[in-house]
Amino acid sequence: MSMNSEGRVTRPETHETSGVSETFTGNRALMLEEALIFERSDYARTGVDLPDVPAAGTRFGGLDRTRPIGLPGLPEPEAVRHYTRLSRQNYAIDLGIFPLGSCTMKHNPRLNEKMARLPGFADIHPLAPVGTVQGALAVIDELAEWLLALTGMHGVAMSPKAGAHGELCGLLAIRAAHDATGSDRSVILVPESAHGTNPATAAFCGYAVENIPATAAGRVDVAALMARLGPDVAGVMITNPNTCGLFEREMKTISDAVHAAGAYVYCDGANFNAIVGRVRPGDLGIDAMHINLHKTFSTPHGGGGPGSGPVVLSRALSPFGPLPFVAKQADGSFRLIEEETAGDEHPGSFGRMSAFHGQMGMFTRALAYILSHGADGLRQVSADAVLNANYVLRSLDGVLDAPFGSSGPCMHEALFSDEGLAQGFTTLDIAKGLIDEGFHPMTMYFPLVVHGAMLIEPTETEGKATLDQFIGALRSVAMRAKNGDPALKAAPVLAPRRRLDETAAARKPVLVWKEARLDEAAE
Amino acid sequence: MRYLPLTDADRQAMLATIGTSSIDDLFVDVPEVARLAGPIADLPGHASELAVERHMTRLAKKNLAAGEVPFFLGCGAYRHHIPASVDHIIQRGEFLTSYTPYQPEIAQGTLQALFEFQTQVARLYGCDVANASMYDGSTACWEAIVMARRVTRRGKAILSAGLHPHYVSLCRTMARFTGDALDIALPDLTPGAPGDDLARLLDVVDGGTSCVVVQNPNILGHVADLSELAARCHQHGALLIAVVTEPVSLGAICSPGEMGADIVVGEGQSLGVGLQFGGPYVGLFACAEKYVRQMPGRLAGVTSDGDGRRGFVLTLSTREQHIRREKATSNICTNSGLCALAFSVHLTLLGETGLRRLAALNHHGAVAAADRLARLPGVELLNRSFFNEFTLNLPREAQPVVRALADKDILGGIPLGRLYPGVDRLANGLVVAVTETTRVEDVEALADALEAELAA
Repeated sequence: MSMNSEGRVTRPETHETSGVSETFTGNRALMLEEALIFERSDYARTGVDLPDVPAAGTRFGGLDRTRPIGLPGLPEPEAVRHYTRLSRQNYAIDLGIFPLGSCTMKHNPRLNEKMARLPGFADIHPLAPVGTVQGALAVIDELAEWLLALTGMHGVAMSPKAGAHGELCGLLAIRAAHDATGSDRSVILVPESAHGTNPATAAFCGYAVENIPATAAGRVDVAALMARLGPDVAGVMITNPNTCGLFEREMKTISDAVHAAGAYVYCDGANFNAIVGRVRPGDLGIDAMHINLHKTFSTPHGGGGPGSGPVVLSRALSPFGPLPFVAKQADGSFRLIEEETAGDEHPGSFGRMSAFHGQMGMFTRALAYILSHGADGLRQVSADAVLNANYVLRSLDGVLDAPFGSSGPCMHEALFSDEGLAQGFTTLDIAKGLIDEGFHPMTMYFPLVVHGAMLIEPTETEGKATLDQFIGALRSVAMRAKNGDPALKAAPVLAPRRRLDETAAARKPVLVWKEARLDEAAE
Repeated sequence: MRYLPLTDADRQAMLATIGTSSIDDLFVDVPEVARLAGPIADLPGHASELAVERHMTRLAKKNLAAGEVPFFLGCGAYRHHIPASVDHIIQRGEFLTSYTPYQPEIAQGTLQALFEFQTQVARLYGCDVANASMYDGSTACWEAIVMARRVTRRGKAILSAGLHPHYVSLCRTMARFTGDALDIALPDLTPGAPGDDLARLLDVVDGGTSCVVVQNPNILGHVADLSELAARCHQHGALLIAVVTEPVSLGAICSPGEMGADIVVGEGQSLGVGLQFGGPYVGLFACAEKYVRQMPGRLAGVTSDGDGRRGFVLTLSTREQHIRREKATSNICTNSGLCALAFSVHLTLLGETGLRRLAALNHHGAVAAADRLARLPGVELLNRSFFNEFTLNLPREAQPVVRALADKDILGGIPLGRLYPGVDRLANGLVVAVTETTRVEDVEALADALEAELAA
């Protein structure tokens, strides 16, 4: 058995094959196998109608491309069918609950898609004259105002392109703030339950990272944190609600102590969905927090992005935020503050962190979502998200071990451990068993502070009947794991693929298509 | 509320199961002082789909959409025609509403599409391997510099004067904090080869250099042969990083990989992804196979399942933040998956034949437009070689001219004053992009308006 550093199995164990009778095509009714485009087509075919243009008279300085590139083309019917067949091998929110803890997989309203595709938003150039894009700047400004009101913060940087990019933004602002006072503090404190992006981001912008332990109750060890504060500590990164699904009760106390020690507080806002409309991070002494628009504000995850991670900033950090940004004029029109005018109007800025203005396509979607809910609806969002998570937590009492279940209610996600499973049975087995039940599994093996962690975030867009069915399935699979049902080790048997060998994939990586090598890999 | 399925009866029943009587009881861990008693004041309440649509449409109409007017903007974002089936495919819920493929057995669609994308990018760039995408071209550029530092264990990067100034700006931001040394220069409006500083680069690369970063075609549209520079970099143990902001160009000109670049990064927006005011876009990242374990970002790879069938997984994740934490090669987590899919679908529809035709069409139109505009009194065409974008030297400052053209509903190019504020010697430069969406009458409209404006 091979494991990765999370202690998770990465190679399938030997077991009986699925016993499904073989077909000529390899297909099983609606479950259709699909070859690679490189196997399906050649380089002569195309799915677009474009005229031939005489090749003579090019002005490429002698760099005309002469050798073949190797790009297969598919006529439109075959291209549509190729990708449609691929799509059917994916699980998605549109198919059912997607309870990945910390990921906030909620329904993605199609109104948002429609709005983002209005030509006035979709078909404008980032360097178009500012007078021709006033509506786009108005969207950015309106969304920014909402984010400020919902968080009680002073300023907001809209350009970060994802959560981790937002973390980078916040830490760069902290560094710039320290630089401005001549301070060379070099350490960022990160709780050990933090998302991996937190320490990675701190390192990416040149900080040393030190871990802060958690208490037995699943919260930051405040005493340990306070003891570590000192003249070398630049900031603290805290996730609140934290990755154990608990609210950090001592947040304001922590913030005050961090500020007293001359450092800043970064809050990972990945879990903002639990408190949106009910708690303003600004009231807790936060200096910077990213907001994953693709989580709390329902822009689609798209199979791994694009995300969007605006960062709200305190009064102390706002002067150091990135370029460019939108400024509203007295007459109601908008200006862009870029390098040209930054010297006069935003001299403390740490500079630009992406080429253009951020994820405009996500701003239009998020704004449409926020306007749909309004202040009252967003408050109901957090209420229902937390209610759903607690319902899952309590419905599994006596079935799965909830290490912090006695600490009181959870927030938007419920955390379980692998305590009590039969010898040789793991969290991975429960996850794969859920796949056969028709559900996407929960987040596994995170946070690292809990053994065999299972983190379930239902979100507010699941109804009670869906939750009841999911709970029933999880209970059934958990009982199989506790009773040591050997058939569970073979799960999934009903998915497009059985368990995949991650160890082999990493040992001899095949990352691009080459005919001979693929054959070797499949051996 | 239309996005919330729970009824009040459901809520009461669920609270009973939990053993509490109110929602507020669930927020008991939030200190009383931090809890808001009701909806935040002065914010509007919920709105119907119709009302939201009206509001957003009103704002959209305040923008001048590129498709409505003669349009010549480029410099890192290009307007191409995207086949209708691209948007149809990326709006399928199984792609749109899925997550990073952490459970590969039920994410083969995303994983296979990413594997195909990686192969397409690697071939387009002339490299061995490519990753599953970055946020955009600019962030991919910085990640490449960081990777070169890891590979060479040196901390000095030399940036070509022809690199997009916003990419340079991002690198300056990061280098200020990471301690990387950057050698930066401003471009010159050299007739024949604007922005070309190959001579400088050949001169300054030395044994302390981690990488040289060159954009091709460069910010002023100039196309250059990078072969000699690649050889010189390798002599000194440095890496050549090539940046491509217009991937369609690679349907017509040699890829950076063929010219010896070690890492090739760039913006993929031209294929499948609309202009969208600058984002979301899709960063492309490819390199030589020997450096793969130093790459940032997600990688899809081939493996087999328990029945011996071919399948795909995310692999080499021990480089990544969720395993390696502060020792990861990058902090990137989310990439630009859906935009990568759009890129891949568009490229699959084009195929090699279509991409070559598209590139030829772009170049053909650009050559005609360049010659037409160069005939205007006082206007000088600087580029001898270019793809679909070229630089004009106007007889006066370009920024006011562009604003005046915009008042006549012509988006006539990007004035260098916008990209290089305060640099007087560049102020008369105007970068003009022409794609397959540009019509002959658009070029005539620009020529007439430019002539009139310059005569005024």
